[in-house]
Amino acid sequence: MRTLIFALFFGYLSVISGQAIASAEGIHLDDVEVDLADKASLQRGAKTFVNYCLSCHAASFMRYNRMAKDLDLSDDQVKENLMFASEKIGDTMTIAMRAEDAKKWFGVTPPDLSVISRSRGTAWLNTYLQTFFIDDAKAVGTNNAVFKDVGMPHILWEQQGYLHHDEETGHLTQVKEGTLSTYDYNVMVADLVNFLAYVGEPSKIQRLELGKWVLLYLFLFFLVAYPMKKAFWRDIH
Amino acid sequence: MFSSLMGWVDARFPATKMWEEHLSKYYAPKNFNFWYFFGSLALLVLVLQIVTGIFLTMHYKPDAALAFASVEYIMRDVEWGWLIRYLHSTGASAFFIVIYLHMFRGLIYGSYKQPRELVWLFGMFLYMALMAEAFMGYLLPWGQMSFWGAQVIISLFGAIPFIGDQLALWIRGDFVVADATLNRFFAFHVIAVPLVILGLVVAHIIALHEVGSNNPDGVEIKKLKDKNGIPLDGIPFHPYYSVKDIVGVTVFLFIFSLVLFYAPEMDGWFLEHANFVPANPLKTPLHIAPVWYFTPFYAILRAVPSIAGSSFPGVVAMGLSIVFLFLLPWLDRSPVKSIRYRGNYFRIALVLFVISFVGLGFLGTQPVTDLYTILARVFSIIYFAFFVLMPIYTKLDKDKPVPERVTFK
Repeated sequence: MRTLIFALFFGYLSVISGQAIASAEGIHLDDVEVDLADKASLQRGAKTFVNYCLSCHAASFMRYNRMAKDLDLSDDQVKENLMFASEKIGDTMTIAMRAEDAKKWFGVTPPDLSVISRSRGTAWLNTYLQTFFIDDAKAVGTNNAVFKDVGMPHILWEQQGYLHHDEETGHLTQVKEGTLSTYDYNVMVADLVNFLAYVGEPSKIQRLELGKWVLLYLFLFFLVAYPMKKAFWRDIH
Repeated sequence: MFSSLMGWVDARFPATKMWEEHLSKYYAPKNFNFWYFFGSLALLVLVLQIVTGIFLTMHYKPDAALAFASVEYIMRDVEWGWLIRYLHSTGASAFFIVIYLHMFRGLIYGSYKQPRELVWLFGMFLYMALMAEAFMGYLLPWGQMSFWGAQVIISLFGAIPFIGDQLALWIRGDFVVADATLNRFFAFHVIAVPLVILGLVVAHIIALHEVGSNNPDGVEIKKLKDKNGIPLDGIPFHPYYSVKDIVGVTVFLFIFSLVLFYAPEMDGWFLEHANFVPANPLKTPLHIAPVWYFTPFYAILRAVPSIAGSSFPGVVAMGLSIVFLFLLPWLDRSPVKSIRYRGNYFRIALVLFVISFVGLGFLGTQPVTDLYTILARVFSIIYFAFFVLMPIYTKLDKDKPVPERVTFK
């Protein structure tokens, strides 16, 4: 009975994922596996992030030294390789571009990316970064399949090359090769998305680590509590 | 030593008397089942929310310019802040799960019926206070859903004829949801409403202990007592139900921890995705939905067609959907309390009611479509029919004979 009730209840919650994020353009979103234990992936993602994202987008809740600790890097490694926009290792990932200027230049202020993985979801980010295509009607020369008329240009064009978007079928085809193969580009994006997922919730590393011990404790406590209940109730008929 | 100390205290304060009245000599029916865990669990979650809330208040900034960032500060820079915040956010949804199951228990075993009408009324006031508490608490993270959810709900007051606009303005303290709104909601969320809740919890428990607990058979155990005046089917709450509730608490905390540590967002049900975007008064989200525990009522609101461009009828319907719950003790004309001995009319009505409530809850999370509007109207009609027709079908129902004593396996 109890199991049934819990199964029904949680089944209701998880099966109908009513509030899941869908792409506004109705495009199928490809998710990537988020693995915060894959430090190499996170380090590669961090490198892409500081080189290509962190000039227009800030991650103003993320501290460099926190990242160093969580990504198995020393403070010096971070300072030398990943810190171009700030002075102190305890700083957060802010940028020099002022919001008003950005709005003038791009038509919109590039959003802070601290929790973008939590508002957009990793599947959206992954698909978004893979589906820029040539669109001569746009000032930046490109458009995006999941975010129509986005103000952001195709920052990773060197790596991916350029795609053509078929208006009728919606298919994307490669028209200009980039420096990376499609596979390698997808890995690069997956690493970046993995890093953004980390930035969205750095404490997730501690959360997953602590969770199993709490559950183990509660399980052991149950092994004491249940026989105790049985013992007290033995004489109730 | 201990007894002389207690004697000293008891001469000045009824400590032992209260302990006995409410725990060691409070005789509860011995046949409580699964459904009877949720009262003590509600108390546990209340304490959890208060304690985590106190620690959140130490770091949170009730200021429209700082609120969103202060929550992320708690999540990242405050020691154990992420745990405190997730305990509180998961606790909010857990509170409603526990309360809904607790109320459902009251429905199936007729715990609202004579002589427990006041227990039910205090409980209903508690439920309303809890909804106010949750609604105002949800504004505090100052995300897009916080902002626009509050904007939509407060504007409902604006639909009230004549005084509506002034009333909505008075609630917000500004022409839109703004810093003034955030500040007052903070005050209500951290002190005013919790005080009301604590007072009502005391009243709820005192009223319950005055008349005694109901049970799955709906039998009044006080009718049959032994020569010492102790109910034949009663057992002292402590130690019997205290040790039993510890087991319930352990299982509850296990499930709670599964969510807390492995799915604190619950796929957007407990923490909505859009709430990770800071509140922006200039950018309305495409789809505004309240958190899941409000969605049945939100669906009723949307299901009712507006008259002359005014959504007032929907607001009235939403209000009535709560008011009818208050009236339950007087709508139910059956002499039988427990569903075990009720006839088929009530059983069918209850099943339909649960389906419509859950159905409305789902529809309230979804964008409006033609099909969903029709479904929401059908479910709303069923929801209200459950109450409006109750005096008739409970009167006509062919109830079964109720046993003298509780059944206990």
